Amino acid sequence: MTTIVKIALRNLVRYRRRSLLTASLIAIGVMAVIVFGASAGAFRSLIVGQMTDAMLGHLQVHQRGYVASIDNLPLTMLLSPAEVAVVERALRDRPEVEAYSRRLKFSGMFSNYTETTAIRLNGVNPEEELRTIPLLASRIRQGAGTLHPGEILIPELLASGMGVAPGDTVVIVATNREGSVNAAQLVVSGVLGSVTGPGGRDGYVHIDDATSLLRMDEPEISEIAVRLREFDRLNESAGAIRRALEEGRAAGAIGPTEVHTWEGLSPFYNIAVMIDLLAASATLGLIALVLISVMNVMLMSVYERVREIGTIAAMGTMPRTILGMFIVEGLLLGLLGVLIGDAVAAGAILAINAVGPTFDFGRETGLVLAPRLDLWQMLTVSGVVLLVAVAGTVQPAFKASRMDPVEALRHG
Amino acid sequence: MRVIVAERLTKTYSRGGVSVDALKDVSFTIDRASLVTFIGPSGSGKTTLLNLLGALDRPTHGRMVVAGTEVGSLDPRAAALFRGGTIGFIFQEFNLIPVLTAYENVEYPLLLIQRVEAAERRRRVRALLEAVGLADQQDRYPDNLSGGQKQRIAVARALVTNPQLVLADEPTANLDLANASTVIDTMRRMRDTLGTTFVFSTHDPRVVSEVEHVFRLEDGRLVGQETQAGVAR
Ligand SMILES: Nc1ncnc2c1ncn2[C@@H]1O[C@H](COP(=O)(O)OP(=O)(O)OP(=O)(O)O)[C@@H](O)[C@H]1O
Ligand SMILES: [Mg+2]
Repeated sequence: MTTIVKIALRNLVRYRRRSLLTASLIAIGVMAVIVFGASAGAFRSLIVGQMTDAMLGHLQVHQRGYVASIDNLPLTMLLSPAEVAVVERALRDRPEVEAYSRRLKFSGMFSNYTETTAIRLNGVNPEEELRTIPLLASRIRQGAGTLHPGEILIPELLASGMGVAPGDTVVIVATNREGSVNAAQLVVSGVLGSVTGPGGRDGYVHIDDATSLLRMDEPEISEIAVRLREFDRLNESAGAIRRALEEGRAAGAIGPTEVHTWEGLSPFYNIAVMIDLLAASATLGLIALVLISVMNVMLMSVYERVREIGTIAAMGTMPRTILGMFIVEGLLLGLLGVLIGDAVAAGAILAINAVGPTFDFGRETGLVLAPRLDLWQMLTVSGVVLLVAVAGTVQPAFKASRMDPVEALRHG
Repeated sequence: MRVIVAERLTKTYSRGGVSVDALKDVSFTIDRASLVTFIGPSGSGKTTLLNLLGALDRPTHGRMVVAGTEVGSLDPRAAALFRGGTIGFIFQEFNLIPVLTAYENVEYPLLLIQRVEAAERRRRVRALLEAVGLADQQDRYPDNLSGGQKQRIAVARALVTNPQLVLADEPTANLDLANASTVIDTMRRMRDTLGTTFVFSTHDPRVVSEVEHVFRLEDGRLVGQETQAGVAR
């Protein structure tokens, strides 16, 4: 085996320029895929992180059908206190659940005493909400951003459009489920920066204010946003929660519910899928590049060495051994490209992190792109490239191993 | 004792509908430990015959027994095993592996064909390099050896497995007289010490005069067989 490796290595050195050229080509491909993958991944998780940590939560529980009509923020599809209790118990039983927040969402009219406009509001418990979407605090543009009963956080577009600032008193008018209209006077305690996506421009009031404004005898809930400890286990956790709620329903404790992850709640999911597809097609391109270049070079090698192949075959070298010689050569060529590519990619990723380029996404500005040096991704890409290099060598190597020694020796 | 018994060997090539008899009804025997050459004009069938004897090709008709094996009917795998175990090859163009040193070229058949263990390998390669007088050149690559040196390395490579029969197709065609004589001389010495049988082809009359046994081919037929008494054994 060591002899075969030695022969393969020396043959690569023998055609030094060609080997280097091919290895560089592979290296560039490997680098592109790794750097692009890491950057796209960083971009994706940054945006997803913004979305989930500043607004959505990782997943949400509603009464079944709520999300489909979320545009109207219906008050007819709420979870009763008994149901909320069951859901909370299910959530508390799950170790991966870090926090959750009960929200009562409704729409109403917002008045600064001279003008009136529509507003969408979340009634929340501020501690719960902050634990569930920790980036909410970073969205406070003006004001203290507290949310005691009697206070309201309003979206910045509304604040500038209506000329309202922290400390001002405003009136919220809302119609409840039974059709009775009620109003509350609230003090603006902060102005919220918008985030991209549905609900990104909603205001916040304390949940007690929301229940009394909507004249509810007992606090009902439109949605429960959940934050997980391990975001990577999102679908698994969603499934587990879904099952727990299904059991609760079967036991007659709750009505039908629905559990959505951020993927089902945010249109950014489609962009995320596009990013993933793009990364996948870059990988496909890399595979094609490696396959074609290795195959091409190895075919050349076989044709150039027909006489050598004839010689060793005549001497009694088994086809298997000849096959091995060329496969190892193709593999080493791939390995050279992979090693160079990995090194350059690692350098590039470190460089990107050192520079720390920023970008804007929607209204979020100054997001820092920080691609991660993902060893697992590197290993996967490298492994795929090596496999493909071997695959590209199989046909030329097979050709070499099947050569008729008489024909091969007569050649050249 | 006979190393080769060939009976009515015929090899017919067909090329574009025309068939060429490269060998016609060739029969002969060769004794162990002899140094034999086949001579004849270009196209007389020398290469074809050596290819048959070396199990590189199969006869169209006839049979032959080489070193106790009926070689005319071996399948490619069995033929490769037979060649690796029984035959040493020397080529007109030396055909050393360019990426291996002289030492490694000689070692190659022990390593990748016979898979002999390291100590024995080293012993045999050293002995052969000594025998062909190139022990001091063992680390050179073929590109840095003269033609004569290359062919002596090739002789060492052919002999390192201790084959019963060495086949050489025009081994001296690319060498000057001095080098050709050295190579033939080396073969003779090996024949004397190891009892190896050497069969080679040549058109070179200077070489012919140094060999005891000469077969003459013409147009695919064996037309003469001489033993040259004058040549020292
Ligand atoms: N693969 C082949 N296909 C068709 N014809 C062949 C083939 N190999 C050899 N021949 C023909 O067989 C005859 C004998 O060829 P061979 O190569 O054995 O001669 P040779 O004595 O070795 O000649 P030279 O001295 O030129 O090497 C020639 O007519 C040649 O053209
Ligand atoms: Mg010939």
